[in-house]
Amino acid sequence: MATVTYDHATRLYPGTDRPAVDALNLHIEDGEFLVLVGPSGCGKSTSLRMLAGLEDVNAGRILIGDCDVTDVQPKDRDIAMVFQNYALYPHMSVADNMGFALKIAGTPKADIRKRVEEAAKILDLTEYLDRKPKALSGGQRQRVAMGRAIVRQPQVFLMDEPLSNLDAKLRVQTRTQIASLQRRLGVTTVYVTHDQTEALTMGDRIAVLKDGLLQQVGTPREMYDTPSNVFVAGFIGSPAMNIGSFRVTDDAAQLGQTRIPLERSVLSAITPEDKGHITIGFRPESLDVVTQAQEGAFPVEVNLVEELGSDAFVYGAIKNAGAEAREMHSGAGDAQVIVRVDPRQVPMKGDTVWVAIRPGERHAFSSSTGQRIAVV
Amino acid sequence: MPQSLQITAAAPDPALLDLPWDVPLDEWPDKVLAALPRGISRHVVRFVKMSGRVIAVKEIGETVAFREYELLRALQRLRVPSVVPVGVVNGRRDADGERLETCLVTQHLQFSLPYRALFSQQLQPETITRLVDALAVLLVRLHLTGFYWGDVSLSNTLFRRDAETFAAYLVDAETGDLHDRLSDGQRAYDLEVARVNIIGELMDLEAGELLESGVDTIAIGAALVERYTDLWDTLTGAESFSTGERWRVAARIEQLNRLGFDVGELDITTDVDGTTVHIQPKVVDAGHHSRRLMRLTGLDVQENQARRLLNDLDSYAAATDRQGEEEEFVAHDWLTTVFEPTVRAVPRELRGKLEPAQMFHEILDHRWYISSEQGRDVPLPEAVASYVEQVLRQRPDEQSVLGVSDTAVLPVIKD
Repeated sequence: MATVTYDHATRLYPGTDRPAVDALNLHIEDGEFLVLVGPSGCGKSTSLRMLAGLEDVNAGRILIGDCDVTDVQPKDRDIAMVFQNYALYPHMSVADNMGFALKIAGTPKADIRKRVEEAAKILDLTEYLDRKPKALSGGQRQRVAMGRAIVRQPQVFLMDEPLSNLDAKLRVQTRTQIASLQRRLGVTTVYVTHDQTEALTMGDRIAVLKDGLLQQVGTPREMYDTPSNVFVAGFIGSPAMNIGSFRVTDDAAQLGQTRIPLERSVLSAITPEDKGHITIGFRPESLDVVTQAQEGAFPVEVNLVEELGSDAFVYGAIKNAGAEAREMHSGAGDAQVIVRVDPRQVPMKGDTVWVAIRPGERHAFSSSTGQRIAVV
Repeated sequence: MPQSLQITAAAPDPALLDLPWDVPLDEWPDKVLAALPRGISRHVVRFVKMSGRVIAVKEIGETVAFREYELLRALQRLRVPSVVPVGVVNGRRDADGERLETCLVTQHLQFSLPYRALFSQQLQPETITRLVDALAVLLVRLHLTGFYWGDVSLSNTLFRRDAETFAAYLVDAETGDLHDRLSDGQRAYDLEVARVNIIGELMDLEAGELLESGVDTIAIGAALVERYTDLWDTLTGAESFSTGERWRVAARIEQLNRLGFDVGELDITTDVDGTTVHIQPKVVDAGHHSRRLMRLTGLDVQENQARRLLNDLDSYAAATDRQGEEEEFVAHDWLTTVFEPTVRAVPRELRGKLEPAQMFHEILDHRWYISSEQGRDVPLPEAVASYVEQVLRQRPDEQSVLGVSDTAVLPVIKD
């Protein structure tokens, strides 16, 4: 068991000006499940491969426990890449399929059996140990593959988009399995995905990267409730947060005829670089359907209602905002807002609903830097 | 809105449309399938007859399918021995409108042999060595081009006969990545994965009693590492010598040529006082002999087959006393008076058993064998007739190893 530390770790590919990973500082606790997430090209896989020893570290260092592994060969780092290869051997028993790497490493037979049995217990595979893989279901085969990594008892598990080649059903199943298994084993795990839902559901903490830069690291709740910048706000959450560029007039943020009152502390954080604008964000579920009379209420014209049974989402546009409506963005595209509504009282296409942001659930970001403005 | 079937292919064959894409791959009817041995795969893979060819169809996630398709295309452009991608078929739905998994389609490599067909009973130790050698060469070639495989294994490789050796082809690029150049860590990890996978695959054959007992599987894995490291060092290593020993530049190039590589770019530097020269090959390309044979005769064959054919061309030039002549003219005459008549002398129905160049190589071997047995120089036409009767008729058809449905019951292909 060990911690993992990225200390100003940088990867610069020859012939490029911008580092693929730029001075990454990240400390992962012993036994923690950390998810690296971000859009393609953000540097998440490169970061993982630096830890695995597959990418050179051009500046800074990487530690596993107290040991600086920056220049250590991959096979000597005591890490396991899970799922890279899970072809099972048809003539070997499930036990041999799990333990063959130990046999190659010269581990004594009795030790191998003991470790395989321990792993099988955790994986619910005990009764299959002496059978051939042919007798296993798809999910069980996946678990044998995990068993291969577990019996090696590495300090750190690394997983690079392990679910990307599974079909949708098996993906959700395996996602839950990996997360619960990791908690039972307590092995430090670094997991890479581009899927923020995967990140939110699996990680103890999530690190969001963009353009090689760490944007924010925190628990799923922190990432969701207090995104530290506009990028994280838009990236985490599904459907995505509604985000708009508002004009600051008097003591409110204004878009068209929509006025959202701003606190004194928010107003005082606005700088000349913001050119009189502020970025306001609110999640689809942070909106209440209200009457026109309520302060801060604004009208949304319904374009589409998506009913999901437990939830319903209205996709629409802010009314009477003129050209400024284009300043609004959501997961549904430009000039769109998404509102979660009571699935038992859904409006019709073409209706106008008045909505207001629930107190305390509005996010404000600097128009010039994109950084979060805290309400003091 | 139901998505419709979409086929992405560089040169689409309309026959692709006739395949039963609305049926899950593992339920495809026997009439469209070609019974080829399947390797160990984590996906459903089927060999399918199409327009007189055989294609391999693999069900795999959509993003991964497109990624692998593009990677295989890039490997083609880089002239790395790998399977040829045909296309990606997505937007599949069954009769009830249920979504079906995307398919990656590749061409089946003619005359290729999966390792399970070669590693079966009566395995000779040399065969293992040759396969491991072939895989080491392939891995070095891939790494030279900046390709990180991620899952090197015998299952992910196909072998073709190459004179007395084998040439290896990459089959599965799913876990691969193309970089400008690989770090030492990437190469080391790829090699370690290869070592562990190969030993695992051999242990599996052992467990299935498909491997002769007494084979040291772990030593075979170690041999791969050694072969790879030697070849990599020879191809890319720097050497230094005094200015007086400049012949060593030419010697290094010759050494690489003998190994079947051409030097595309050689870094030569001298130190400040000009007494020591450092050289290091920067760009090396495999296929020295096959390129030369291609230039001379237009024959496109494997490296060691080319070496054998070039040797025969040399002895032809000597025997006809034309060593001083333009090589192109001699090569043309050799092709029309020696190579082609020899291959044509083999009855048409037996030609599918081996590639022509491989057959020619074996005929030369056979002629040497019967000549020494009979203590006379057996002429080529006579050697062909003897080879056809005594050797070729007994051999299985290798154009596509047909007639088996499961890896467990592969016919034994003797080396």
